Amino acid sequence: MYGKRLRGVRAPHRKNTSGCAPARMPAPAAVVIPMMMHIGAPAKPVVAAGDTVKVGQLIAEASGFVSSPVYSGVSGKVKAIDSILLPGGQTSAAIVIESDGEQALRDGLAPPPVSDLKSFLAAVRESGVVGLGGAGFPTAAKLTVELPKIKAVIINGAECEPYITSDTRTMLDQSDLLWEGVLMLKKYLEADRVIIAIENNKPDCIALYEGLARAQDGVEIKTLPSLYPQGGEKVLIYNTTGLVVGEGKLPIDAGALVLNCTTLAAVVRYIKTGMPLVEKCVTVDGSAVANPQNVIVPVGTKLSDLFDFCGGFKSEPKKIMYGGPMMGLALTDLSFPILKTTNAVIALGAKDAIPPKETACIKCGRCIASCPLRLMPANIEQAFRRKNPEELEQLKVNICMECGCCSYICPAKRPLVHVNKLAKIMLRDYQDKNKTAAKKEGTLK
Amino acid sequence: MSSFAVSVSPHIWSKTTTSSIMRDVLIALIPALIASVFIFGTRPLLVTAVCVATAVISEWVFEKATKRPVTISDLSAAVTGTLLAFSLPADIPIWQAVVGAVTAIIVIKQLFGGIGQNFANPAAASRVIMLLAFSGPMTQWRQIDAITGATPLALIKAGDTDLLPSLLDMFLGNRGGCIGEVCVPALIAGGIYLLARRIIQWHTPVVFIATAVVLTALLDAQPLYQLMSGGLLPGAIFMATDYSTTPSTVRGRVIFGFGCGLITVLIRVWGSYPEGVSFSILLMNIITPYISRWTRSRPFGGAKA
Repeated sequence: MYGKRLRGVRAPHRKNTSGCAPARMPAPAAVVIPMMMHIGAPAKPVVAAGDTVKVGQLIAEASGFVSSPVYSGVSGKVKAIDSILLPGGQTSAAIVIESDGEQALRDGLAPPPVSDLKSFLAAVRESGVVGLGGAGFPTAAKLTVELPKIKAVIINGAECEPYITSDTRTMLDQSDLLWEGVLMLKKYLEADRVIIAIENNKPDCIALYEGLARAQDGVEIKTLPSLYPQGGEKVLIYNTTGLVVGEGKLPIDAGALVLNCTTLAAVVRYIKTGMPLVEKCVTVDGSAVANPQNVIVPVGTKLSDLFDFCGGFKSEPKKIMYGGPMMGLALTDLSFPILKTTNAVIALGAKDAIPPKETACIKCGRCIASCPLRLMPANIEQAFRRKNPEELEQLKVNICMECGCCSYICPAKRPLVHVNKLAKIMLRDYQDKNKTAAKKEGTLK
Repeated sequence: MSSFAVSVSPHIWSKTTTSSIMRDVLIALIPALIASVFIFGTRPLLVTAVCVATAVISEWVFEKATKRPVTISDLSAAVTGTLLAFSLPADIPIWQAVVGAVTAIIVIKQLFGGIGQNFANPAAASRVIMLLAFSGPMTQWRQIDAITGATPLALIKAGDTDLLPSLLDMFLGNRGGCIGEVCVPALIAGGIYLLARRIIQWHTPVVFIATAVVLTALLDAQPLYQLMSGGLLPGAIFMATDYSTTPSTVRGRVIFGFGCGLITVLIRVWGSYPEGVSFSILLMNIITPYISRWTRSRPFGGAKA
């Protein structure tokens, strides 16, 4: 068997909304749907300004193998195709649709024919589903693997980030879809071993799936400790199966295929109903939100509309972020739209918004003891400040997944994740330079 | 409504801060201070107060003079002052205690860059300097009863083992020694508090103490007295667990603890000083950067470079 579980931090849970079945928000006046909501090539618009669209209608097609089509979540009229700034700083084309409020469904919405692996993968591709845990890797591309390589398929229901409960709601409210998905994976991917991994702070989910799995061979429910980041892909794979994903390798190289539970449910929804991914269940929470809750919103809904639906703010918000507080992205304003990958929007009041003052490193080793990937963040920081890329290479900063444990735990409140991100860039530049130098030498010979 | 704070994740932080850690260390030192009052009278309070005040003031003065941010609120200077006082005899002349605290903070800590940058434990290093500079007063122990003026370690060294206090007196602290080193239950209570608060890990103290006890047992040199004597317990619990000057990985801490135990026994058994804990910690502090290099953690799934 394998050794100890990988480490992490006991971040607060703050799962305030786990008991709150999602409310459906009425279609907003307008949605802004970016073409880059996934890793890979941006989707290519197939509608033009002035076109009318309906719910579930294709508005942009995939433009490559690692890409994903985009569908409208509202009915109405395409107003424009704009270029917008995404929260990560990239620019992306975005289709702006004015809603007519009717939410009329596309004509001829019907389940796709699925009978074998090929048609299953085609359906996954058409569904517009990407990794909804946050990474946004097109699911069809992920599932296109040599089947014998698969040792275990892991359904990620860890949901280890504080606040977020949208996966919990998927597991509770869409258990029929999710379970159907497990059976489909067993059938089409010929997976002998499917593991549903859930943190122990969700006992109702664990009980539900243990009940379902009892009558089914080859499906295991693994209860994980509530130790952030159990849901991190490498951590999840190791802690459930003992498989080690090596540096620079994909999970499938180790024999593991991980799918987020909401991702799988969204795929199955398309296969069962023909409705592609056009809406998301989003946890809206944080100290500034008037009525924290889970909300189902069309993809492209602006944050301002979403917060209005949740009763606005009870105190002035000072920090807004996509995703949970451990890895979430802080936003500059409320004009950003909900993406396919958005699972939570957090608004914090003044008291929680400003990072604490940074003091000198006391070399306590907490960052090292808490790093799930056994990196040495304090040493990485020193090497970075000394501008020593060779040292960074030895310390393997490149495998950092930026989970945030080191910064969270640091008693000196040093921004270690930030430094790791910068250190990765320093290392990449150094390696690129070496490569070019080696190439030059090669051509001279 | 227009301006939001934008910072890199994470957006929440643990409640533990440098000053909360130092506050916990101070709390853990309180039992030993109280015990010292019962054993030696009120003089330990005066010495401790002088050392703490001097340490804090020296840090403030140095940082003001060098125009650095003032860090006295992190309480690390107060910890250094307390630890130094604990390793002094109760009747140390006050001016010598002042010199010791100034040396610890300015020479050992601040001249090397302040908190986190010093290579040696300020209290341990300063005690060694004081031992060399003020050898007389530093080895003059207050008489607890009519029989013992010397410390148990000195008695063992001199071969006067029949003069040793009873093991119960050893345990409770009714014997000669430094302010904060004599009362075993008080020190252990402090250690348990630090372990429970996750301020320290068990590896260094347990390996340090076990090494010393096992080696003295093998050498037939009164292991139980060795365990409870001198600076072994306070050194292992409070000084060998100092963050900046000891390795930050578990493997490194095990090596560090073993080295400390070994050197302590070498000095106690064959050296010319009866006590070797502060020397051993200081020597191991010096090789800590090397231990840290040897004991780097292997990244998960990392390819061999």
